[in-house]
Amino acid sequence: MDGSFGLLAPTVSPPGRGAKISLVGLEKRFDGVGAVRGISLEIASGEFLTLLGPSGSGKTTTLMMIAGFETPTEGDIAIDGRSVIGTPPHRRNIGMVFQNYALFPHLTVAENIAFPLKQRGINRSERARLVDATLAMVQLPGYGARYPRQLSGGQQQRVALARAMVFQPRLLLMDEPLGALDKQLRESLQLEMRRLHAELGITFVYVTHDQEEALVMSDRIAVVHEGLIAQCGAPEELYNQPANRFVASFIGESNFLTGVVRGTAGGVVAVDCGGALLCAATEGTPSVGSAVTLSTRPERMRFADGTAPGQRENRLRAVVTEVIFAGERCRYLLRTASGETIVLKEASGATQRRRSPGETAELAWSVTDTVMV
Amino acid sequence: MLLVGPLVLFMLVFYALPVLAMLGRSVFDPHPTLANFQQLASDGVFLHVFGNTLVTSFIVTVGTLLLGYPVALALSRMRAMAAAVTLMVVLLPFWTSVLVRSYAWMVLLGRHGLINEALLAFNVIDSPLRLLNTSFAVHLAMIHILLPYMILPLAAVLRQIDPALSRAAAGLGASPRSVFRQVILPLSMPGVLAGTLLVFVLSIGFYITPVLVGGPRDIMLSQLIAQQVDLLNWPYAACLSVTLLAATLGLLALAQTLPGVRSALRMGLR
Repeated sequence: MDGSFGLLAPTVSPPGRGAKISLVGLEKRFDGVGAVRGISLEIASGEFLTLLGPSGSGKTTTLMMIAGFETPTEGDIAIDGRSVIGTPPHRRNIGMVFQNYALFPHLTVAENIAFPLKQRGINRSERARLVDATLAMVQLPGYGARYPRQLSGGQQQRVALARAMVFQPRLLLMDEPLGALDKQLRESLQLEMRRLHAELGITFVYVTHDQEEALVMSDRIAVVHEGLIAQCGAPEELYNQPANRFVASFIGESNFLTGVVRGTAGGVVAVDCGGALLCAATEGTPSVGSAVTLSTRPERMRFADGTAPGQRENRLRAVVTEVIFAGERCRYLLRTASGETIVLKEASGATQRRRSPGETAELAWSVTDTVMV
Repeated sequence: MLLVGPLVLFMLVFYALPVLAMLGRSVFDPHPTLANFQQLASDGVFLHVFGNTLVTSFIVTVGTLLLGYPVALALSRMRAMAAAVTLMVVLLPFWTSVLVRSYAWMVLLGRHGLINEALLAFNVIDSPLRLLNTSFAVHLAMIHILLPYMILPLAAVLRQIDPALSRAAAGLGASPRSVFRQVILPLSMPGVLAGTLLVFVLSIGFYITPVLVGGPRDIMLSQLIAQQVDLLNWPYAACLSVTLLAATLGLLALAQTLPGVRSALRMGLR
């Protein structure tokens, strides 16, 4: 183990500082109920991967299996090429941060952070040096003598982080660590974690139900739904090309328009949505006459009354039902001819006039911003 | 406050006044004097009995701690159903009268008792062992009777320890033994203190059990008091009573100063 911890970090993480993880066909059943029904994932060394999903989706169970607190019913977990299925949690050498911090109340902050070092037989002076370096890293220098109950929620979380990092693990697991904090604190800690990840270069596996948090922090997001991975990819990929309806609605907001396929040509499919012919980018060739759903993001739409249709643009007429002013943005709820609800989001400082409920409007958005889900 | 009135009056007349009158005899009989206590301090019998009381209580306390901690630990780790059943098993003797339980030990430990009969039947021994009317019998019976008082506060405290702490400790590299030694044990200390205190205080005042299963050399303070009352030796008996009461109150006062004991006592009673 290298003892130069705490020095200025290189801007490019050296290869191999983080663990490589392989999840193969993971399944976990509790009393016959499948919490995890077949998860396979390759996590690269030094990657920040988030398991994102609603409560009960199986994301925490998956994390617990990686940590060793749950045994998979089926499947394998390999860390750095070696299967860890038979290894108990205390021998896996993984750093872990829990939602309720789980700091030892009878130990000081310094003793909490030194705990994993003590288990590894590190001598007292070396322990003290590492504890100080880690406290500085989480921006709590000098807090060593305090007790956890004397700290605020954000400070406690940073101590929990320090404790999980101090023994320089190759993998850090985090189970919704920011869930108990208020919005401002959450956002500043998210950025701090990103910074730490870049500095340390180790693999982070993060569990959360907050899609915004996932988008901000991750290299890749695995969206978990009912025990399976719905889609796995970089944040932008998931946002712009959701593979299915669940991902489209869980990450950000989406408008869904149902219709019947009229034809496909050159990667574009034409769909008849209640009389309006809309186009979407597609990789496959859906058969003519099949029912499909198109999806697009509310902020990609604009009001286009009176202007001519541009190249590769979709047009749709709808009636405004509600106008909601939300500070930065203005949300419009509209109803299409086929009765479907659409949301349009525009910046409230836009030069166009504010529409009112009952008005008919023509909406426009790019075909490239339309996906078939 | 008025509703408490009748109860307070009852307690005053039938409890407080008689006790105070009895205790008063130690210094007011025949006239205000401390001579009775002076006599006590040099009384060989008293010193022997008092010493035996303390030693026995200490042994019993240690015994209940060593036997009760594993039970409390197991209880705290069980799921609700199993824990309820186990708790019932622990509490069952608790609900049986002390007299009946002491008699039960006589049946078990006597010359023709169950243990001796069993050992003879299996040819482990040739003649019956002297188990009854020994210090061993007193210790054994008292530990058995006082175990629930150790187990309950301990289990209450142990149950309250956040299970995430054990998981966190394991994740950080602590073996199951280390998790116990470095996390569970220190956090269970309030329970240990509460149980120890309760058992010790109850032990020093024990009467029935040492009388029934103990020998002449195992006399405890309460027995001595009873003897003296029988002999109508009021001043002496009163002095002994004051000593016992003072020891008990002193221990309780001392314990209140220890952090966590008060909250542990409350938890044990909940």
